[in-house]
Amino acid sequence: MPFTPPPIDDILAALAERFGPVESSVFRGQTRIVVPEERSLETLGWLKGRGFDLLVDVTCVDYLEYPDAKHRYGLVYLLASTATNQRLTVRVFVDDPRPTVRSVVPLWEAANWLEREVWDMFGIHFEGHPDLRRLLMPEEFTAHPLRKDYPLQGRGERHNFPVITRDHS
Amino acid sequence: MPIELKKAREGFSSGKLELPENVVVSRLDALASWCRKNSLWPMPFATACCGIELMATGASKHDLARFGAEVFRFSPRQCDLMIVAGRVVMKMLPVLQRIWQQMHEPKWCISMGACASTGGVFDTYAVVQGIDRFIPVDMYVPGCPPRPEQLIQAIIDLQDKIQREGTITGREFNTPGRQLRKRALVEIASPLSIDAARNPVLQRELAAAADAAAGRT
Repeated sequence: MPFTPPPIDDILAALAERFGPVESSVFRGQTRIVVPEERSLETLGWLKGRGFDLLVDVTCVDYLEYPDAKHRYGLVYLLASTATNQRLTVRVFVDDPRPTVRSVVPLWEAANWLEREVWDMFGIHFEGHPDLRRLLMPEEFTAHPLRKDYPLQGRGERHNFPVITRDHS
Repeated sequence: MPIELKKAREGFSSGKLELPENVVVSRLDALASWCRKNSLWPMPFATACCGIELMATGASKHDLARFGAEVFRFSPRQCDLMIVAGRVVMKMLPVLQRIWQQMHEPKWCISMGACASTGGVFDTYAVVQGIDRFIPVDMYVPGCPPRPEQLIQAIIDLQDKIQREGTITGREFNTPGRQLRKRALVEIASPLSIDAARNPVLQRELAAAADAAAGRT
């Protein structure tokens, strides 16, 4: 018999009481809420105080050319409670030309490299991040390769190297 | 001149060669190549699953020691055979080039597996589409990943190549032009600061991309 964590309706109700109505949906028993960008840090801090003490992941989705999408980028924060096993997905939507969101490093140290990866791959600016450098791509790289308008095979960066022949080596 | 050696030399020039027992006549170049080919010191540049097969090749069952190439060293200064086993990403390529330049002549390179040779299935922005675009390669090993027998076959073929080509004094490395170019490339420039207009491979790629875009619109 798999362990079923308790429902989180009370937390959602308290959240609505504190911040006003919250857009939420449930898929296969997993709850997702949408938080406006300007209140994201405040809301995530409040959720941390209500028991969601573990930041499982920070990632992003690019909704370019996605049917009926209202925003370009959707950040995903996966939270979990180590005491009750409850889980919660928090979405924050941001847009071009300068997609920006508040960094959650002050809340969870684990967010440091996660946000660096999202910056590297999607070009989302994290305000207040202590060290927002690229994590995966080389420092000289200029694009953000997981954006949907970046070509799969790149813009020639992978072939932009000096050729070393037998005579050179 | 000792009488035996005089007789041998006369016999050699007249086509009737009679050598004393345990004497072999050869060229010193061939002797040097024979020594080199039977004591290859591989540098394992293993980045992916090909590296596992590379380890299996060196292990007891397939026993690369039978071909004199069992001494894997992780310092390029001590190696003369670079085995690139696995995909090489663009962030790794400057490291690969640096290590190749740090190896002493004579040196050889085996490109092991589909990814190292062509990029394999990873036709993406990050993966180099074949290391032979940027460093010289002597032997290609097909397979994904290749069996140890295939790598051993490549080493045997490389041994044949070494036997054909080497010289004892290394005079093939000692041309003035080569020395000049070697000095010119003291430091490899950072990849994306290189002038794209002077990179023929990049120019071909960009032209192909422009053609494809023009064909679509």
